[in-house]
Amino acid sequence: MDTLMLSRIQFGANISFHILFPTITIALGWVLLFFKLRYNATGNVRWMEAYRFWVKVFALSFAMGVVSGITMSFQFGTNWPGFMETVGNIAGPLLAYEVMTAFFLEAVFLGIMLFGFSRVPGWLHTLATFLVAFGTTMSAFWILVLNSWMHTPQGFEMRDGVAYATNWFEIIFNPSMPYRLIHMLLASGLTVAFLIAGLSAFRWLLGDRSNSVRVTLKTGVFMGALLIPMQIFMGDMHGLNTLEYQPQKVAAMEGNWETQSNVPLLLFAIPDEEARENRMEVGIPNMASIILKHKADGVVPGLNDFVAEDGTVMHPPVAPVFWSFRIMVGTGFAMLLLSWAASYLMLRRKRGPEGVPKMMMFAMVPMAFSGWVATLAGWYTTEIGRQPWLVQGVLTTETAVADVPAPFVGTTLAAYLAIYALLLAAYIGVLFFLARKAVDGDLPRPRTPLSGQAIAREIPAE
Amino acid sequence: MNLFGDPTVWLPFTFAALMGVSILVYVVLDGFDLGVGVLFPFATDAEKDIMVASIGPFWDANETWLVLAIGLLLVAFPTAHGTILTALYLPVAIMLIGLILRGVAFEFRVKAPTPHKATWNWLFFAGSLMTSLAQGFMLGKYVMGLEGTLGTWAFAAITAVFLTVAYSMIGACWLILKTETELQAKAVTWAKGGIWGLILGLGAVSLATPLVSPRIFDKWFSAPEIFLLAPLPILSAVMVLLLWRSLQRLPNVTDKGSRAPFTYAILLYILAFCGLAYSFYPYVVPEQLTIYEAASAPESLMIILVGAIFVIPMIGGYTALAYWVFKGKAAELRYD
Repeated sequence: MDTLMLSRIQFGANISFHILFPTITIALGWVLLFFKLRYNATGNVRWMEAYRFWVKVFALSFAMGVVSGITMSFQFGTNWPGFMETVGNIAGPLLAYEVMTAFFLEAVFLGIMLFGFSRVPGWLHTLATFLVAFGTTMSAFWILVLNSWMHTPQGFEMRDGVAYATNWFEIIFNPSMPYRLIHMLLASGLTVAFLIAGLSAFRWLLGDRSNSVRVTLKTGVFMGALLIPMQIFMGDMHGLNTLEYQPQKVAAMEGNWETQSNVPLLLFAIPDEEARENRMEVGIPNMASIILKHKADGVVPGLNDFVAEDGTVMHPPVAPVFWSFRIMVGTGFAMLLLSWAASYLMLRRKRGPEGVPKMMMFAMVPMAFSGWVATLAGWYTTEIGRQPWLVQGVLTTETAVADVPAPFVGTTLAAYLAIYALLLAAYIGVLFFLARKAVDGDLPRPRTPLSGQAIAREIPAE
Repeated sequence: MNLFGDPTVWLPFTFAALMGVSILVYVVLDGFDLGVGVLFPFATDAEKDIMVASIGPFWDANETWLVLAIGLLLVAFPTAHGTILTALYLPVAIMLIGLILRGVAFEFRVKAPTPHKATWNWLFFAGSLMTSLAQGFMLGKYVMGLEGTLGTWAFAAITAVFLTVAYSMIGACWLILKTETELQAKAVTWAKGGIWGLILGLGAVSLATPLVSPRIFDKWFSAPEIFLLAPLPILSAVMVLLLWRSLQRLPNVTDKGSRAPFTYAILLYILAFCGLAYSFYPYVVPEQLTIYEAASAPESLMIILVGAIFVIPMIGGYTALAYWVFKGKAAELRYD
């Protein structure tokens, strides 16, 4: 493989690994704040137990997110120098604002949030929890502004092949930003909802009947049931926005080759780019036209419109986009089914978790990671769907890649992949280990006697 | 806005200064927590817990300074960012893998099942070592003008070792400040043992820079600069002496002067940094690209600067809050 393909795989692998963890921390920060506020309001210790368990998951996820994020800030330079050379005047300030307004906020207050409960007044601990949650969300905001700008760039002019900002308001509030940001924040909420429900169900199946596992199970299931319809609606809005600004991506998502009316919604197909047609199509007649144009004879753009006179293909590779999209939507509907059924059973005659059959509890455990699957599939749809462009209509991926020997990229790629596989296994293993430990009663240990000055610093718990 | 004259002159300079300060803060802050990791094999298992407790609440924010420094290079000098990082492709990759390993080992060593703790402790050490060596290697290559010759590699290999020893030395000074009893006594021994790395490292870089570049030679060794700059090496020598003497008075019963070694170590880092900054100014890529040639468009720099003026004092403020909350001798880290 050449440097371009290896660099793309490397960046894809890094960013895929990275996004798993912010997806958890963005929403988990707010859930922790909810637990803390419930504890402040009710004084009920089950909320603090829930907080203590999930703050460990937060700390672990945060560390994974930080270290994989640092990797990416370097890879802009090591693998994609053309990106910053061409659009650095726009991407630069957005990234700088992310570091300044988000990274320091979350990193500094994380220490107080994790280890400060007995050292600082209760209000400061709650404030630290809020600031960490706020910081992660700000970080998501800036990075999605930049990402959206790469899909729907505006507010700039090109001079000698370099982009110069002309209107920062237009850059920040570019056409796809509100849709993408809300879609991602909801994805984060759903990931966390199903993670909490799944790990709580795991504890339940191991015989944990504590009050804290009851509240977390309910929190997870209800949160999922509430967010999933919002997400399906938002996803549809986002799709319509994409149809307006990146029709070639929607054409690939639908597997639609010719611009035509009465386009079916394909449930299954094997897109063949050589023959420029689909094999083994199974579809619902007219449905794609109805979804995208709200009428059965609506005209949907086709992929063949995006082939230049000389045969250069200017649309994304079809099969990966087509399939990632279906995996995302399929996972979304599985989430809908599970969370609504479980909510109904828990609310019926107020039976709570006892009302949920064992089979459904078993189903929740693997669904703990359904948010990851859907999020990755969604990002593959939108990012592969932007190819061959890096910045839509401005810069192609090919021109931005670094002139680094392919063996260098290949070796480092192999090293990254090995480490990511190891860390992912360790992460998932530790989540279940922590859950198992909580079942056995993770009672607060007696404090180890500390010598001299260290003990003088210990302030009694609030 | 032409308040301070030509913005294509003062804006790149301001950003170079900001980037320099971020690198300096990073080298001091992450220097000590990397150093603590490098010292891991010399400590007992119980001491390892205290060592991690002494850096646990801070390491995350410390590493953020690296993100800020590299971010400023990226946003303010995009062309230089590409040139420097592609030239340092392999050491950067090694550093990143090291940072990943040590960052996650912080969490895993206390959360994974107890039998795995030794493995994560080892990975924490290995990651810290890889990061320190890679950073030292990059420093060496940068000083030699990013060239790929055999001599450059050899010199970079030497600076890699020296910087690692210098990091473990400042790490030991941090431990003297944050710990008590046997561990503190050990830290004093480690700090004494690490001084040579600092001296040889400073010496090697100070000698090599003017020898490699006639331009830098002239900047230092022509009158009147040689007299104006003389305080820099003299002060550095004084600092090394003061550091040595402060270590000889430790440990003691009242813990008097336990802050001194860390303070002198920081001052030494600052002096060394000023020397380097003076040598390389105005170049951001040695002998190839000045900060003025590499800078982004002034309008883009301006919008970052406006934010930075408000945000950086806030960052300073809440960083100080975190160090104040966790001041004093390190205690066991707990979530309750």
